[in-house]
Amino acid sequence: MSQHAPQEPQSQASGGTAEESARPLLEVTDLVKSFPLQKGLFSRRETLVKAVDGISLYIQPGETLGLVGESGCGKSTAGKSILRLIEPTSGSIRFEGSEITGLSRTEMRRYRQRMQIIFQDPYSSLNPRMTAEAIVGEPFVINGTSRGRERQQRVASLFERVGLRPDTMGKYPHEFSGGQRQRIGIARALASMPGLIICDEPVSALDVSIQAQVINLLMDLQAEYRMSYLFIAHDLAVVEHISDRIAVMYLGRIVELTDKRTLFTNPLHPYTEALLSAVPIPDPAAGRERRIILRGDVPSPIDPPPGCHFSTRCPEATGVCRVETPVLTERFGGHQVACHLR
Amino acid sequence: MENSNAARTDNSGETLRQSECVLSLEDLKTHFITREGLVKAVDEVSYHLDRGETLGVVGESGCGKSVAALSILRLIPQPPGKIAGGKILFKGRNILSLAEREMQALRGNDISMIFQEPMTSLNPVLTIGQQISESIRLHMGYSRKDALDRAAEMLTLVKIPEPLRRLREYPHHLSGGMRQRVMIAMALSCEPLVLIADEPTTALDVTIQAQILELMVELKEKLGTAILMITHDLGVIAETARRVVVMYAGRVVEEAPVDMLFGDPRHPYTMGLLASVPRLDRSALAARPARLSEIKGIVPSLHELPKGCFFAPRCPHADARCHSGYPLWDQIRPGHKVACWYSRQIKGEA
Ligand SMILES: Nc1ncnc2c1ncn2[C@@H]1O[C@H](COP(=O)(O)OP(=O)(O)OP(=O)(O)O)[C@@H](O)[C@H]1O
Ligand SMILES: Nc1ncnc2c1ncn2[C@@H]1O[C@H](COP(=O)(O)OP(=O)(O)OP(=O)(O)O)[C@@H](O)[C@H]1O
Ligand SMILES: [Mg+2]
Ligand SMILES: [Mg+2]
Repeated sequence: MSQHAPQEPQSQASGGTAEESARPLLEVTDLVKSFPLQKGLFSRRETLVKAVDGISLYIQPGETLGLVGESGCGKSTAGKSILRLIEPTSGSIRFEGSEITGLSRTEMRRYRQRMQIIFQDPYSSLNPRMTAEAIVGEPFVINGTSRGRERQQRVASLFERVGLRPDTMGKYPHEFSGGQRQRIGIARALASMPGLIICDEPVSALDVSIQAQVINLLMDLQAEYRMSYLFIAHDLAVVEHISDRIAVMYLGRIVELTDKRTLFTNPLHPYTEALLSAVPIPDPAAGRERRIILRGDVPSPIDPPPGCHFSTRCPEATGVCRVETPVLTERFGGHQVACHLR
Repeated sequence: MENSNAARTDNSGETLRQSECVLSLEDLKTHFITREGLVKAVDEVSYHLDRGETLGVVGESGCGKSVAALSILRLIPQPPGKIAGGKILFKGRNILSLAEREMQALRGNDISMIFQEPMTSLNPVLTIGQQISESIRLHMGYSRKDALDRAAEMLTLVKIPEPLRRLREYPHHLSGGMRQRVMIAMALSCEPLVLIADEPTTALDVTIQAQILELMVELKEKLGTAILMITHDLGVIAETARRVVVMYAGRVVEEAPVDMLFGDPRHPYTMGLLASVPRLDRSALAARPARLSEIKGIVPSLHELPKGCFFAPRCPHADARCHSGYPLWDQIRPGHKVACWYSRQIKGEA
């Protein structure tokens, strides 16, 4: 780690002893988040959507954990629950070794700047009445770390690093394009040099060249300051590039978790296989036959199928899959999978 | 559903030629007046869409793709925006000279749009059901009950489970990808002649994305809908588009049939873009370089554009000529043109 770093990442992990570096920065155990549902016209019973149904994961300092899965499977809910932007229903979240689930609002404040999020929907996460400069510079105001011209310069340099022209700092969110807004969100998350960033589809609105620039930047910062990322994205090539390990979610649960190399070369869960086969290849000459099209009903988190959640669409499902929930178990070399058949 | 709008598609008895142009932009200029000066977000952009074809639009973030699309529907806020010149022809008629009432009849009916950011176009205080069925009632003349049924049917088509329950929910109860699919459902429900899809699948996983793209192909085949596909995902372009337009800093810099764009790109910006794509089929996981390739430098300011080629300040091939004059179009082959002074010399370096 550089001795002359402009600002150390806000992490208490002093780094050094082997014991300390083995301790995960983030440790999530049995996280559950359910939402009460709109009641139907005639139903008096309150139903619940189990958006996140007991997930466990950890992230080491300087590590990137990729999180992929079908739209609506609970990735954003998991990300926001981990930061307690929405209140988890149950489970444990340890950040730098301390349990944060029981903390009050004021106690939580100590952690806020060290755990940041890049929101999936930049439009609704940027205050329309603040200029881009004020939005990105807010952490400096909160920390009181810099003011006046110095603050302006730091915001300008963040702008440049995400490929935005500093001369557009005075504009309001609606005056930017979709991808420019997304980059304002990225610059804001980076401003406080957090230890952990939940990146929820951070590059989905960017063209591939700027996407490359942002990913290179995230990886550079990680190498320099040991930042950790939970990287949620649908673009598997991007996830493959940036992640160390990857978790695959299906309907509220993690169904497979392993290092990226193993996931892409030797996926075990049938859902992972289908997912990998559907990646579009940027070459009109590439064949389409490799694609496994998933048949069957997409299950709902409101009323999930019994047993394995994937059993309604799994090409290989047998009797046991429809009654018994497969547990996420370790196979070899840390490769975890939840499937009766594999 | 089958014959509800049959008359609309067959253009008053005219026989439909294979390549009938339904929509064309001719030298469109859309500018914004801002505190810092005039922003030329779209400047002399021309492209056209034939019936039943998919035209891909790609380009750097902020290059004017969405502003051009919103101009087609006349949804640019004026002021600060202003359509400063050019024409937008829909079936031969200039949209820009229509009365607002005629425009309303066109919008969401003949031409519909999937917006880039769902939350900008979904109303947070109305349920999903109210929003989709309202649009169906308005454009297809359905009764309240039929419209709700149709809305549920549309949600099923876009793979949203338990559609009846989802119809009662509000946008903020849905995941990002579900909101995007609600918008797709709204746009498709009116069986448009032209579908403008602005980054329609950014929040979708690849399996659902494949199904949604298939749905659009069906619409195209059934009704001859022309699709304007704006996307950063070059994989989606490769799979869906017939022709592609590449934009940079408010202008079109290259237009090509899709296989030529990938196989023989001529504009240095296009080449840089293609080189930046992380690819699973090529990565081989170990042999991959640690850094992704990116185009060096930053876009020019849209109110102080360079005198010559807008890409020249970042172009590895630029010389004095590039810095002094904006390049003329060079027609490489039928349907393939490029705005670069050295389009013949620097080929093959892609
Ligand atoms: N209301 C506005 N006022 C001033 N400038 C604007 C306004 N709306 C858009 N712009 C500018 O116009 C340019 C083009 O924006 P547009 O949204 O069309 O980009 P885009 O190509 O769709 O980009 P992206 O891929 O990021 O969505 C941008 O540089 C943006 O900053
Ligand atoms: N505030 C809420 N109220 C009710 N239900 C919610 C709420 N937020 C999310 N949900 C539900 O929780 C489930 C998971 O949503 P989430 O946004 O976490 O999915 P996601 O994996 O991020 O999907 P996407 O890839 O589409 O963004 C969905 O069924 C969604 O409808
Ligand atoms: Mg999400
Ligand atoms: Mg856009």
